[in-house]
Amino acid sequence: MAYLDHAATTPMLPEAVATVTAALTASLSAAGNASSLHSGGRAARRVVEESREQLAGALGARPSEVLFTGSGTESDNLAVKGIWWARRAADPRRTRILASAVEHHAVLDAVEWLVGHEGATVNWLEVDAQGELHPDVLREAIERDPSDVALVTVMWANNEVGTVQPVRRLAEVAHEYGLPFHSDAVQAVGQLPVHVAASGVDALSLAGHKLGGPFGVGALVLGRDVDCVPLLHGGGQERDVRSGTLDPPAVAGLAVAASLAVERQPALHGRLSELRDDLVRRVLEAVPEAVLNGVPIDHRGRRLPGNAHFSFPGCEGDSLLLLLDARGVEVSTGSACSAGVARPSHVLLAMGQSEESARSSLRFSLGHTSTPADVADLLAVLPSVVERARKAGLPGARR
Amino acid sequence: MRLLAALSGGVDSAVAAALAVEAGHDVTAVHLALSSAPATLRTGSRGCCSKEDARDAARVADVLGIPFYVWDLADRFREEVIDDFVAEYAAGRTPNPCLRCNERIKFTAVLDRALALGFDAVVTGHHARLEAGVLRRSVDLAKDQSYVLAVLTPEQLAGTVLPLGGLTKSEVRSAAATRGLAVADKPDSHDICFIADGDTAGFLHDRLGAQPGPVVDALTGAVVGGHDGAYAYTVGQRRGLSLTVPAADGRPRYVLSVEPVSRTVTVGPGEALDVTHVRTTRALWLAPASLPLACEVQLRAHGAVHRCLVHAEGDGWRLELSTPARGVAPGQAAVLYADDRVLASATVA
Repeated sequence: MAYLDHAATTPMLPEAVATVTAALTASLSAAGNASSLHSGGRAARRVVEESREQLAGALGARPSEVLFTGSGTESDNLAVKGIWWARRAADPRRTRILASAVEHHAVLDAVEWLVGHEGATVNWLEVDAQGELHPDVLREAIERDPSDVALVTVMWANNEVGTVQPVRRLAEVAHEYGLPFHSDAVQAVGQLPVHVAASGVDALSLAGHKLGGPFGVGALVLGRDVDCVPLLHGGGQERDVRSGTLDPPAVAGLAVAASLAVERQPALHGRLSELRDDLVRRVLEAVPEAVLNGVPIDHRGRRLPGNAHFSFPGCEGDSLLLLLDARGVEVSTGSACSAGVARPSHVLLAMGQSEESARSSLRFSLGHTSTPADVADLLAVLPSVVERARKAGLPGARR
Repeated sequence: MRLLAALSGGVDSAVAAALAVEAGHDVTAVHLALSSAPATLRTGSRGCCSKEDARDAARVADVLGIPFYVWDLADRFREEVIDDFVAEYAAGRTPNPCLRCNERIKFTAVLDRALALGFDAVVTGHHARLEAGVLRRSVDLAKDQSYVLAVLTPEQLAGTVLPLGGLTKSEVRSAAATRGLAVADKPDSHDICFIADGDTAGFLHDRLGAQPGPVVDALTGAVVGGHDGAYAYTVGQRRGLSLTVPAADGRPRYVLSVEPVSRTVTVGPGEALDVTHVRTTRALWLAPASLPLACEVQLRAHGAVHRCLVHAEGDGWRLELSTPARGVAPGQAAVLYADDRVLASATVA
């Protein structure tokens, strides 16, 4: 068995499991809504606020900047829609969104929704063949009319091909024009150094289950001066920007996991990079026609350390996935949608690849529990799997 | 055997997969995504293309404890089934899209890929019996689907497992209930899966546009009405004819023929639909036979069976029916049976 899909979700850290379990167990004897004024409420609130401080500390943010949400997707939606609405309310000319062409669907579809329903316009900013957005491209897009831009959103690191964006430099460009900058850092926290203050981003999304915390909890780090219209109205929790009763055990689990992930990030980065480099070299050796997508592995700082993403010419990614799954190796084609139908990845298409090449791709992603045995298990079956998948061909192609 | 079960999200394919698992086979499930824009969860969405069906299929696989994948065949389906469906109607014929889907999608695209991936066969929930290459009607004659499988070649049938042929529909439903499959009481799908609202004429109109023409009475030669597109009419049709001139004898009139070039729909009395000779093309035999042959023929899905004599003609047959068949539409399949055994299929010319 080899789990090579940490970018989809990574196992919880035992410390996070212990934290969540302890908080749930404590709630058996002491009920309390973190918004209540009695002692049970105070106890719950203490858990939440200590978690907020812990998470802020881990990310180089202020506690007041941390908003707990239900997921990375919610954080992205809140940032994109909320900041857009607030900016347009302040000046109706501001309707244009600048976003990289390789955003996750949580950003991409939120933007498209604003375009379809709210009169927003969007410039999908071109990336290069490695998936990187150059600051000049952003500057040029802003320069077309700096007064009509509502916000800039560029992910920290790409979930499919692992390309790290020059977030600090991009945020600097946005700030030259006084524009708010959001970054989806769901894939980055725990794999890369992420420091909110040093990066200059105004809003940053993260998700618990991608960094060793629980499912169902995320956070949006939102600068104190960044106006954001709520998606969820109600009790006014989370700075009046995100109403809804908080889940103290989940929030505590997220904070503990994030804090440990950040603490261990430098060591993990080195270990995963070596493991990943080994995987890449051995895959290319075993399947010489395979193509590594994204940034070459010798540019370590520009690629997620756990990411290896290949195209296998003549093979359907879905076929490879099925065959590997049957042999106990769990991977992803990198882009799933609600019905489970794999469409050619917009990320690969934006990088200039053909639809056929995009359909032939497969993502291997490593994480904190990965070992050399996982790589060995993959390599033991990959050559025969690729050979068989090639025979099955591309189902979209005519016979 | 290593089997690939095609799960539509309905009860039949669910039970077929369950029986394959229980028979000790190594089963993997796939759901075929055939619509490029799947219908939503709204009530009223039917057929095999809704998100609810995909979820139901996934749940069946979960309960059976087998791997589940979605295969996106929407492009193939559009080219091979939907475009063909529209083109056939435009040419004045009456296609059977389920049969076409079996022929080109389920037992070609899916089967080919399954075999290439190392599976031994595909399992489906069709109601028909298949043993040692012999295709027979289901024991449940009301649900029998041997007609829509008769277009498969012996090679395709060799890669096919049909576990349901010996069960009635109600037995299939109770088998699903016994196994805790939530689709046990899901309604049957009846209509064409890619026409969610059941309005075939509207669907064709959207694609082919208005092509007005006359409706002509076969007996008098008089124009008795008009239409927006001859493609919306099929031989034997009675309803939906907006005739402005009543029949002289006051009896109902039926579509006798559809002529796409002149856009003429010819109507006449029911008995004018009766034919005793039928020509077909593209004959496909499941086993060798010598002609002429006396057997039975079925000329549409769930249609009546006629005794007949089969003569070779071109790449098809000339059929002499011993009893008249009413409303034989070009484009439909003619399937030959000996008792409950499928002998061959061809397309009505």
